[in-house]
Formats: sequence, structure tokens, C-alpha cells
Amino acid sequence: MTTATTGAAAARAAGRAKPATMAQALQRAMRDAMAEDPTVHVMGEDVGTLGGVFRVTDGLAKEFGEDRCTDTPLAEAGILGAAVGMAMYGLRPVVEMQFDAFAYPAFEQLVSHVAKMRNRTRGAMPMPMVIRVPYGGGIGGVEHHSDSSEIYYMATPGLHVVTPATVEDAYGLLRAAIASDDPVVFLEPKRLYWSKSDWSPEAPARVEPLGRAVVRRPGTSATLLTYGPSLPVCLEAAEAATAEGWDLEVVDLRSLVPFDDETVAASVRRTGRAVVVHESGGFAGPGAEIAARVSERCFHHLEAPVLRVAGFDLPYPPPMLERHHLPGVDRVLDAVARLQWEAGN
Amino acid sequence: MQQRSSTVQEPLAETAHRPTPPPAWRPRTDPAPLLPDTEPLRVLGTDAVADADPALLRRLYAELVRGRRYNAQATALTKQGRLAVYPSTTGQEASEIGAALALEERDWLFPSYRDTLAAVARGLDPVQALTLLRGDWHTGYDPREHRIAPLCTPLATQLPHAVGLAHAARLKGDDVVALAMVGDGGTSEGDFHEALNFAAVWQAPVVFFVQNNGFAISVPLAKQTAAPSLAHKAVGYGMPGRLVDGNDVVAVHQVLTEAVTRARRGGGPTLVEAITYRIDAHTNADDATRYRADGEVETWRAHDPVLLLERELTARGLLDEEGRRAAAEAAETMAAELRERMNADPVLDPMDLFTHVYAEQTAQLREQAAQLRAELEAEGESR
Repeated sequence: MTTATTGAAAARAAGRAKPATMAQALQRAMRDAMAEDPTVHVMGEDVGTLGGVFRVTDGLAKEFGEDRCTDTPLAEAGILGAAVGMAMYGLRPVVEMQFDAFAYPAFEQLVSHVAKMRNRTRGAMPMPMVIRVPYGGGIGGVEHHSDSSEIYYMATPGLHVVTPATVEDAYGLLRAAIASDDPVVFLEPKRLYWSKSDWSPEAPARVEPLGRAVVRRPGTSATLLTYGPSLPVCLEAAEAATAEGWDLEVVDLRSLVPFDDETVAASVRRTGRAVVVHESGGFAGPGAEIAARVSERCFHHLEAPVLRVAGFDLPYPPPMLERHHLPGVDRVLDAVARLQWEAGN
Repeated sequence: MQQRSSTVQEPLAETAHRPTPPPAWRPRTDPAPLLPDTEPLRVLGTDAVADADPALLRRLYAELVRGRRYNAQATALTKQGRLAVYPSTTGQEASEIGAALALEERDWLFPSYRDTLAAVARGLDPVQALTLLRGDWHTGYDPREHRIAPLCTPLATQLPHAVGLAHAARLKGDDVVALAMVGDGGTSEGDFHEALNFAAVWQAPVVFFVQNNGFAISVPLAKQTAAPSLAHKAVGYGMPGRLVDGNDVVAVHQVLTEAVTRARRGGGPTLVEAITYRIDAHTNADDATRYRADGEVETWRAHDPVLLLERELTARGLLDEEGRRAAAEAAETMAAELRERMNADPVLDPMDLFTHVYAEQTAQLREQAAQLRAELEAEGESR
């Protein structure tokens, strides 16, 4: 097996280092974890021979054998239920749910067993596993292929809910998720699967800590709080906002559970204004919790109410109409404009 | 349409438009041998008893007597407010015990909430087995220490766990078998289907044991399934379905031992249906007179698992008055100890609520734990 460092050296020597995609970074994270830890098992629908419908598990079955990267029968509750039993016996399953909306049949296993097993056994039976879920819209998917399901997982105590927005984080956070002794719902923004970065899949890469948000763009006027598929939207909005004289800070939450109050509150106290941006519906969506937490912690620093830019409270639209639903740059800038600038600085 | 009906059709050439036959197809498994039992297997009352090990028969008898007493004691504890609820297995002791004793030490049991007796028969401390039902915690024992999964309340959801564990054990090269218990109602759940399918596809060393006790709370089996028997369901998955008299402890033990041995040797999963009857109501909170006749219960009392074995052993000279008394005394000792220990209030620390949610407590839970601690302190001061 080629090690990471020699692979990187070879790639550099050959001058072939190409930008990596998020899908490749995720694949690399699983590959490295499987190479290091024989208890890591990848399982799901089409993850073996095909390499997954998004090719995220490409090559794993070939490299590690079908016992380590397994095509399961097509039954999500069965997949997650079997993963629970495997974790009981000391394995670390990495489960792929093919699409956000296809993960719902596994919900009972997730809520009643995966999330509760450590607690109900007083720590005797932890559930170290990762449930990878491609989520969100923007890929022209037909019905049931574009849901933002994060709020369901966030509302379930016992789970970590993590979502990368960059190629580097896709690697670093997935490695951390696999290493975690708790179950992690790992939400992969599917429209960013093909996003690229200069990060080399061959180079040694960083494992990111779970539970920490990160400032992606420092700014002074207001804070955009976002995650996953909405990060590129917010970064673009922040660039456009400079024309209006706004210097926006962009915080990538990365971990929805646990929530990094510290980083978020520090940013909002600095800027005095905040907008939460996500694709998920606004009503009882993640932004409701985030706005409440910010208000509770930063009330005396706020120049304006915390606003939310979210998907509409609709069943996800058909692909030809989805652009009207997804929060875009204009909708973010409109919200920023409503942050009571005339009243304050 | 009109045009077509007015047109005279030319006769088709012999082979034109004829669909090609499907590619060669045949069933991958001959379904016939998958259902070997034409009726529930019985050993008691047949010559086959003579082949049974007398020591095993005596042990099974002692366990049945103890199990019956355990059911009575646990039910009594609900009336005294010492158990929140108890789903009784009175009348099903042969199934619970015959199955549990078919396992080796290294094997795993996956019980439902009704199967505390199976766990106790495996050697689990009855107080630990009843922790869930007393309500001081959800699971009162370390599942890995006893190789007994937590008692499972959401029906049939423990079945895929058994499959996954058995699969993992096989991947690791351990000859461990998982026994998963479920009731007749649970066979309607989707997880039952998915677990059996996974087990068969993976050839996992797991045995599915269905106790068909006639009712899912109040709903009789006829409203649950149109299958000729629950054992028949095995055929569709490509695994054997066995049928056994669930009140004949020797037959249950024999069928389960065969299935466990088969699984251990790499033969794959088996589904076993035990025909039995829930003599008591669903739980102490249920009123069975609303959905079944007393006469039906009396019919089953005549087919009581303890009685069946006792008569057989007495007739064969394997059990005398002294043996009966010894078994009853041992059961009484267990019940007295259980009663005494359950009558002591469990010592609870509310702060435990926050201890095991995550491996490392999150900042959010630390804040909330601090809130509860402050409330407890204020409560303590106001007393």
C-alpha cells in the first residue's frame, strides 16, 4: 500500500498534483481510517462495486475487500440496525445513506438505539459509528433527493451532527467523526461534492476537532452564521457586500451538535449584528435555535435582531423551481440590509 | 382505435413479435426442505424423551419451577408499586428457558422487554434484569459482561442488531451465535423483514426465535398475518423455518440447540416459531378479559409447560416428591431474595442523567448539569 507521504512526494515529483474534490477528500478520509484501523467498516447501498452513487467510496471495496466495504441489501433500517450490532461487537461502522430522504426509514434505529445506547447502558455500550448522509439541494435532483434533514438529527440527544463545507474539512472532520467514540451524523452537502481545492489528496492531512466552528472570513460589520452548502453563498455575499461598504464576517459552524457557542458569540459580540443562513426551512429550523442562543448570549452587544435567511417552509421544490427556494446571495444581502444600519453605526 | 378496428390485420409471421423467453431461471434454493416440520415438534409424551439426558431434564424442571415463581413474584411487585410494569411470561416459561439454555457462554442473547426470564435463565441477576421495569435506569447490567443486549422495547428493532453482531463475530473469526427473541406481533414489523433478509444474505450465525403467544396485546394472530404459519416466513428469505411446541421445554431446547449448532457451523440463520400462550394479560396494566374468553385460557392451562414436564418426569421415575420439594424451595429462596432486594429503595443520583449521553460531556450539557445541581442544592436547603 502506498503511504500518504510517499504518494504526495511522487505526485509532486511528477508535477501531477491536481485540485481535489470534496468527494475525493471524503474517500481519502475513509481510506486512511480503514488502513489505520481494521475495525472500520464501510457499508451501504452501492458502496462496494460501484463506489457509491456519488463515487465517494470509490475503490474501497477493491482495496480492502468486500468484508470491509460492503454492498448491503436495500433497506436503511436494516443497514443501520446491523451497524448497531456490529458496533456492539467492537467494530466502527461507517454507514452511507444514499440520499437525505432515503435515510428516513433508518430513523427509528437512529433515535431509539444509536443515539441512546451509551446512555441506556451507563456507558457500557458506546456506539462509535458514522452515518454519512448526502444532503441539501441544488443538484437538480427530482423529488426526495434534496432534503435538508439536519434539524431532525439536531433534535436527537446523543448524536453529533457535523457538516463540512470545504474540501479540507471534508477530510479532517470525517477522520475525526470516524475516530469519535460517539455516533456522528455526517451531513455531506452534495452540491459541494465536486467543489475543488488545492488540497492534495496525497499529502498528509489534518484531522479537525469536532465541535468547533471556524471564522472563514473575518469582518467587522456583521456576522453571517452558516454551514455546509450555504458557506459558498455567504462568502460570495460577503465579497459583494464590500461594494455596499459592509465588511461581513463569515462563520462556518461545521458542528451543529455540539454547538460552538464560544466562537459564535465572540464573533457576534465583535460585529454586533448577525444573520443565520441555511437551506433548511426557517420555521423551527436550525436558525431558530442559533438565533435564540445568540440573542441569549449577545443581547447587549446586538444592534439589530438576529435575522434568518432560510429555505421557504415548503416541501422541497421540483428541480426546475429549486433556485427560487434556495437562499442565494441576493437574499443574504437583503437580510444584511435590514440589520438597522440607520439606528446604529 | 377506430381506424385500427376497421383495418383487417394481416396474420403475423410465425416468430414475429413473440417475446423471447426469459433467460434461464430456477430457484436458488429448493424451498421444500426449508420447512421440515409439518406440525409443532413435541418431545414430551413421545418416545423421544428417553433419548434426553436425565440431568438436563432435571435442570430444565428446576428452571421452569423457578421461572414460574419469578413471574409470580415480579407480578406481585407491580401490585406493591415496586415495579412500574411487568410483562409476564407465565405460560411461556418453557420457551424462555428452553431457548436461553441452548446458548453457550460466549453466545449473545437479544431479548425483548418480555424476555427478562430468558436473561435470568442465562444467569443474570433478577434485580439487574428488572431495572428497566423498576425504572431506576434503562439497562441494569453491562451487556458485554453478560452477552445480553439491553431489553428492547421498540418491537423487532433488536433483530437487526443480532444480525450485525453475529456478522461482526464471524468477520472476526469468533464462533459466536446470536439468539434474537421476538413475539408474534413483532413479525409484522419492517425490522423483522429486514433482519431476516440481511441474516440470510450474509449467512450470519443468528437464530430468530418467535414466541407466538397468540396475542399482540389484544390483537390475535389472525389479524396479524395471513401466513400459514410464522415459520413459513423463513422460506421467502431462504432460511429454514422450524415449528415447535413452545410449552414443551425439551422440544424447544432441542430445536434451538439444532439451530444454534447449525449457525455456529456456518450453516446460516434459522427462524423458529414456538406455539405458546400468554396466560396473564399483556402487562399488569392490561385487562385481557376484554379480548379473550376465560375458556381459552383454561384450555392452555391444561397444556401448562411446568405441568407437562412434571408429569413426564414423574411417570419416568426421574422426579419424586423430594425433587419437587427441592425445586420449589429453591424457587422460593430466589423469590424471597428478589422481594427483599426490590423492597429496598434504589439509590439514585439525578446527576447521572448527564453522565453518559456523550463520551465527553458537551458544553451545553455541562451548563444544564450545573442548573440541575443548583436546583438540587436549593431543594436540599429548603428541606
